[in-house]
Amino acid sequence: MIVIALLVLVSIILGAASLALFLWTLRIGQYDDLDGAAERILIDENETDTTQNN
Amino acid sequence: MNQTDTAGEELLLASREIDDDLFQTVLSAPGIKCAGCIDKIESGITKIPNVVRTRVNLSTKRVTVDWKKSNNAPPLIDALGQLGFQAHLSNCDTKPSDNELRTLIRALAVAGFGAANIMMLSVGVWAGADEETRTLFHWISAFIALPVMVFSGKIFFSSAWSALKSGGTNMDVPISAGVIITFTMSLYDTITGGQHAYFDAATSLLFFLLIGRTLDYVVRARAHSAIDGLRKLAPEGAAVIQPDGSTRYSPIEQIQPGMEMRIPAGARIPVNGTITDGRSDIDHSVINGESEPRSTHIGDTVLAGALNLTGPIVIKASSTSNTSFISDMIRLMESAETSRHGYQRIADRVSKLYTPVVHIGAVLAFLLWFLIDGNAHHALTVAVSVLIITCPCALGLATPMVQVIAAQRLYRNGILIKGGTALEKLADIDSVIFDKTGTLTEGSPHLTNCGTVDERTLRLAASIAAHSSHPYSKALAQSIPPPMQVQFKTNQFTEHPGDGIESKIDGAVYRLGRAGWASGDAESRDHKHYSTVIFGVSGRTLATFKFIDGLKPSASDALKELKNNNLSIEILSGDRKGPVAEVAALLGGVPYFANLRPQAKLAHITKQAARGHKVLMVGDGINDAPALAGAYVSMAPGNAADIGRTAADIIFLNNGLEAVTTTYLTARNAKTLIRQNIAFAILYNGVAIPLAFLGFITPLIAAIAMSTSSIVVVLNSLRLGMGEQKQLVKTIKNKNVARTPTQYHGAA
Repeated sequence: MIVIALLVLVSIILGAASLALFLWTLRIGQYDDLDGAAERILIDENETDTTQNN
Repeated sequence: MNQTDTAGEELLLASREIDDDLFQTVLSAPGIKCAGCIDKIESGITKIPNVVRTRVNLSTKRVTVDWKKSNNAPPLIDALGQLGFQAHLSNCDTKPSDNELRTLIRALAVAGFGAANIMMLSVGVWAGADEETRTLFHWISAFIALPVMVFSGKIFFSSAWSALKSGGTNMDVPISAGVIITFTMSLYDTITGGQHAYFDAATSLLFFLLIGRTLDYVVRARAHSAIDGLRKLAPEGAAVIQPDGSTRYSPIEQIQPGMEMRIPAGARIPVNGTITDGRSDIDHSVINGESEPRSTHIGDTVLAGALNLTGPIVIKASSTSNTSFISDMIRLMESAETSRHGYQRIADRVSKLYTPVVHIGAVLAFLLWFLIDGNAHHALTVAVSVLIITCPCALGLATPMVQVIAAQRLYRNGILIKGGTALEKLADIDSVIFDKTGTLTEGSPHLTNCGTVDERTLRLAASIAAHSSHPYSKALAQSIPPPMQVQFKTNQFTEHPGDGIESKIDGAVYRLGRAGWASGDAESRDHKHYSTVIFGVSGRTLATFKFIDGLKPSASDALKELKNNNLSIEILSGDRKGPVAEVAALLGGVPYFANLRPQAKLAHITKQAARGHKVLMVGDGINDAPALAGAYVSMAPGNAADIGRTAADIIFLNNGLEAVTTTYLTARNAKTLIRQNIAFAILYNGVAIPLAFLGFITPLIAAIAMSTSSIVVVLNSLRLGMGEQKQLVKTIKNKNVARTPTQYHGAA
């Protein structure tokens, strides 16, 4: 009995944690620019460094 | 004051202060397409002094710039222009609507979490848990359900409360009553150790309903009004000439009749007036929808919103900003937009009938059972199961689901729907009214007689034309690819506003423009259907170029298909009668009306509506905006003016008119499916209500029935996608056949 109660508790805490995580991503606007996020990985972040090397 | 300062003031007016001395400006740049653009803009704009942060949003094609206040606003629009992006100021009023969507998604997430966990526990209870475990699970469920009720249920409760307060009722009233009673009763049963608790039903009810509500919100028309765009057409102010001869930039509200002001080339006319100095070509597309500029001289009247193209002019105001042409248009739009709010959506009409039935049903069930066995608890259980089982889950999903799928399929065909109501209305139309220029035709002139001009002359003329921004010059320059054009050593090009372009090459004076100026010949005005430009050297005509505005390749087929669907078709145009008549004849004798001002177009549509017709307006120009706003439903091509696009309900991006038929047929399919879904939901209730009435519904049956009805509705809605796929293939085939613009004029 105590095992079931414990498992239920753990699963609910895990679920609540992922819910909180989702709400956080929503709040900081991670879904505002879905197309942009896909393209931004192509931008070279070290661009300023390479220009210095040239 | 020079033009950059004016732009700076406009920029400042359109910005909002987000912190001490920190301003935020949102610019719209439709040219943003890829990672390269993002990087170019973000690094390029951040380099400007005083700019703190730049962020590009690729989905909305907007650039948000934070900048520190100093003497001048940073030249953001110019800088974006130099980077190769045409940008304009965008109003930042989009925030509130985004917040509403976020609230819905947040509520949906919480309800989903609660429903899933409670359902998991309920399965344990249904599987036959012993009494101790059952009570424990009921308690845990109650603790999960409580925040869900408060947080996710709030949306329904507040809507129901405001409906009740105003003496009415809506779909949210039975939902709220059902959810609250269910929860309270389950809580009571949990405390007293009862056998059944309906927490799962209450939370999954909220979850399913929130799905429908969120989908509905996504397709609902944004509260964007074309009026804001129209207001922006009049500049914020103008350089008014003071009595001592100097100029001062005054806000538009302070301009009084009789004041004189300078209008630089490239600026819009702020108020109605008369030209007192200078000459120029003026683009009147705001008034008549034609891209062809008219040359204008001293003494001519100009209307607010018209674009001064080639030369600086001075105008004397004859109106204030409140009585100008633009203000008249704004008033027209306002009345057109308000007259439209009468439409009631199918879902709302159904719920209006449905809500009282559910209420009365539940109350009857309670009374009957109370009278029969005198047990209030049992009677309440039956009443609750009636409320739950008749839950409008399937009904709440019936329309938004179909509309989301329809909108998605159309989007893949390059058609954007701005609201679910647009699709519903489109299915009901009985007539279609087209604008001519830019809608049925390409909207820009094509050179028709390049074959008759010898190649050397054509090359020379095209090369000179490349130095002018006049629409005819552009069309002429396009007839010869740039590598083939003559490269001139000198920069001897002068543009003569109202006349044409002049260039001195090897001592000879070449002129390209109006007859009478470019050559000694008198202007001939006998041809109505095409426009001519003369190319002359030292007063002698070398060539005459003829321009026409060609029909779009798909126009004729699209109109034929619409006629086959028993829709009546008309053309309303601001253009002269000749060209309109010719287009109408080429399209198989379509009834037409020419020389119409924006007011007249709207009046025509209002008259049709009064006769009981439901009109689809297809138009592109700013001059069509009132008609687009006033029509039962409206469409605009993607190349339309910004204001035309805002005023229309549906936008088709690939400019081909087959989009009109595709959208119409999809709308009709969608309507059929919505009806089927609603019919199914009602049928399901017809079976379920007697069962609930007799007291046969347990939490298990309620959960199964609710889920299956929702799933059936979703599956039925998905059928729309399959039909659309075939349509898409057909459209692509059509497009490949007709790529080149067909020109309707034979005189090549």
